[in-house]
Amino acid sequence: MGKHLIEFKNVCKTFDDTEVLKNINLHIDENEFLTLLGPSGCGKSTLLRIIAGFEEPTSGSVCFEGADLCGVPAYERKVNTVFQRYALFPHLDVYDNIAFGLHIKKLGSKEIDSKVRRVLELVNLKGFERRTIGSLSGGQQQRIAIARAIVNEPKVLLLDEPLAALDLKLRQGMQLELKNMQRELGITFVYVTHDQEEALTMSDTIVVMKEGTIQQIGKPTDIYNEPKNAYVADFIGESNIISGIMKHDCLVNIMDTDLECVDTGFAPDESVDVVIRPEDIYILDPDKGKITGVVESVTFKGVHYEMVIDSNGFKWLVHDTAKYEVGSDVSLLVKPFDIHIMKKS
Amino acid sequence: MKKHFFKSFIENIYLFLMFLFLYFPIVILMIFSFNSIKSTSNWGGFSTRWYVQMFSDDALLGAFGTTITIAIIAALASCVIGTAAAIGIQGFRSKRLKGLINAVTNLPMVSSELVMGVSMMMLFLTVKIPLGYFTLLLAHITFCVPYVIVSVLPKLVQLDAGLYEAALDLGAKPFYAFRKVVLPEIKPGIISGMLIAFTLSIDDFVISFFTTGNGVNNLSIYIYSSVRRGVNPMYNALSTVMFILVAILLFIINKRSSSKTGDSPIGVLG
Ligand SMILES: Nc1ncnc2c1ncn2[C@@H]1O[C@H](COP(=O)(O)OP(=O)(O)OP(=O)(O)O)[C@@H](O)[C@H]1O
Ligand SMILES: [Mg+2]
Repeated sequence: MGKHLIEFKNVCKTFDDTEVLKNINLHIDENEFLTLLGPSGCGKSTLLRIIAGFEEPTSGSVCFEGADLCGVPAYERKVNTVFQRYALFPHLDVYDNIAFGLHIKKLGSKEIDSKVRRVLELVNLKGFERRTIGSLSGGQQQRIAIARAIVNEPKVLLLDEPLAALDLKLRQGMQLELKNMQRELGITFVYVTHDQEEALTMSDTIVVMKEGTIQQIGKPTDIYNEPKNAYVADFIGESNIISGIMKHDCLVNIMDTDLECVDTGFAPDESVDVVIRPEDIYILDPDKGKITGVVESVTFKGVHYEMVIDSNGFKWLVHDTAKYEVGSDVSLLVKPFDIHIMKKS
Repeated sequence: MKKHFFKSFIENIYLFLMFLFLYFPIVILMIFSFNSIKSTSNWGGFSTRWYVQMFSDDALLGAFGTTITIAIIAALASCVIGTAAAIGIQGFRSKRLKGLINAVTNLPMVSSELVMGVSMMMLFLTVKIPLGYFTLLLAHITFCVPYVIVSVLPKLVQLDAGLYEAALDLGAKPFYAFRKVVLPEIKPGIISGMLIAFTLSIDDFVISFFTTGNGVNNLSIYIYSSVRRGVNPMYNALSTVMFILVAILLFIINKRSSSKTGDSPIGVLG
């Protein structure tokens, strides 16, 4: 692991009395692909704008390569941004938009030319040099916005939902491209999205946010497999979240059924949230599993069936490749290490 | 069908009468500016003698020079001041303050020219600036600024604030970012504002009347004082030239604002 490139220390931000960021502590390492993940309005863009220099923290400090960023104007920071609303210059054509930053760096026209052409190839828009911004589709504009930022080869690239306007196929293609660019160019990416799948596939580190606070920081696998609380578990993928009581270490009681688990460190009879992923639940014939229920609905999802099992009023969401008919009696089984116990939040 | 025809017939008659009353005197004036005799009621044949006389009248040419130079300087100055003011107003975070400043800048446009003229004259007398070319210029710049603000502000509102930030993000210093990104976007508004200022300045009589002195006359004051001494068809010729000049300017402004966006800043001119 490299050294900390960017470090947030106790950063708060208020806009006219509303707290948008609350005591953020976060460090971003060199060459890291860090994703800020959270629902709309949780302060992702604001965090990004503080790094870019468009907002100053109300309190706390942000350091870049060890030096405090406070008072450093946006145009002197070694970061570039792909804006949520593109912010392409409408009076300039595609070429001049991309060359804007290179002109400021006073590069020769030959060098500018080759860089612009290379980056246009990178975003799959070869031959678009002289097109006007107004004549591009939303997805094309988004890719030009990426090209305009990345052509400057910044130390850190800030991306605010850069793929939101693309269709699924193009988005998946661009996800790969972006990931490759990040590896090849050795640029640190700070990536904002509210799409958990995107976050899981692309990131080295995911920061899950909720209403201006950080809920969890971790590798995608950790976040997915070991969510810190029910909120993260719910946000990071479909989950069954149910209240339970921790009888003692490695034994939890839900719906009057004792289940073995692997979690320790809870007080006896502490009430907890129990999270179980839909794909971790096995459907068996009645009386083979621990929990019984009735199949309420079945939906075909391509690779698997999504089934809702009603068990004394609680509706279990289950993914399985085998199909059970609606109305049939079944029982459910979960392996101990697939049961995630979380403190009530 | 018949009713529709009748309605449009009435509408057309109405429109015709309206234009007749509005423009008939001007058309007559134009025609008589080519009259070869001094009469204002009898036609004595076509001639351009009044135009020739006009262009050899030194006092008139002097006044014409004053009008044009004042209009040019006032248009340029008010366009710089007005644009800066509009950017400032747009930058206010507080909605209340923004509205207040907006209302204050709009006030000169709706208040009577007489009030403007007299109050500015009083101001100049109080601070002991001798009335003359300089005070005339100051007055013209002052009453032009709000019109520039009004025509620039909508462009700033339309402007995506992100553009300026994007330029900064790419390493542009604030002034460079303004010049390269903001200015091209609001340029149509600035030019419209400048043309409006130019037109208003050429046209102005009341405010000029109160704020000039020391024998400095612009065209409108010159005509006013000359006509009182007696009618001369030369003024027909002069009025014709001014009318056509202003009409061309208005035509350009309207064409600009209607071809760009729907919101025409000229609306305030009636
Ligand atoms: N300049 C501002 N003035 C006042 N409030 C603001 C300002 N900018 C953002 N906010 C508020 O701060 C909160 C967080 O905004 P932010 O743009 O960071 O959210 P976000 O996580 O990026 O959401 P989204 O996914 O919708 O883009 C929102 O409630 C927003 O209304
Ligand atoms: Mg956002």
